[in-house]
Amino acid sequence: MSEMNRGGKPAGKPGERGARRPSGGGGGFRRRRVCKFRSEKIDYIDYKDVRLLMQFVPERGKIQPRRLSGTSAKYQRKLQLALKRARELALIPYATD
Amino acid sequence: MSATKQYELVYIVAPEATEQQLAELHELVVGITSKFGGTIDRTEAWGRRRLAYTIGRHKEGIYVLEVISGGGDLVKEIDRRLKVSDLVIRHLIVRVDEDLAIAARAKAQRQATSARRRVARGLPPEPTPEERMRASAAMADDRDEAEAY
Repeated sequence: MSEMNRGGKPAGKPGERGARRPSGGGGGFRRRRVCKFRSEKIDYIDYKDVRLLMQFVPERGKIQPRRLSGTSAKYQRKLQLALKRARELALIPYATD
Repeated sequence: MSATKQYELVYIVAPEATEQQLAELHELVVGITSKFGGTIDRTEAWGRRRLAYTIGRHKEGIYVLEVISGGGDLVKEIDRRLKVSDLVIRHLIVRVDEDLAIAARAKAQRQATSARRRVARGLPPEPTPEERMRASAAMADDRDEAEAY
């Protein structure tokens, strides 16, 4: 019994992938809490990859907090560095008013 | 002699620069690199790009990427020369070998784990092309779902 599901795709793993925040209170966004870099296996966040980085820069130019993007702490740190490097090279904007 | 490290140099040249001036800048980098016993692993000209914000009075710039292996003194010299240059409006030098090595290690480790688990389940260690197709299709589905919000 205990060996049955090992390594396979268990039918309903609770609380992983596709898990949504309960929409209690209403009005808030429902977001997927998955780290893009973990799920897509991106090990090195390249500061030159503008298309990837822009997904984490909302309109105003601020870096999206990980409470909104779902990025894991490890990758948020790497992402932050990449974004700041890209900013220096004028690939992505600094925050604007 | 300092240990060899790998760096990425990106510099932005003012848009009014001529082909010849660009070539001269490249020669400058090549010259300094060889003088300090380094090598240029790769050069990429991204061409003219719109800047995300104005630098000085420039709205666009010509981007060039050079991947260089060498020591710290080499980088120091390139940095100094580019700072002095009027034509280069911005440059950035980043050490990449360590981060790339970490990424490669993570990838190797993941593959090893997956191979081990697959063998334990009685499957061949490598995913078959068909499985790969299905996995990437599933990923694409996920993305569509995410964008719907």
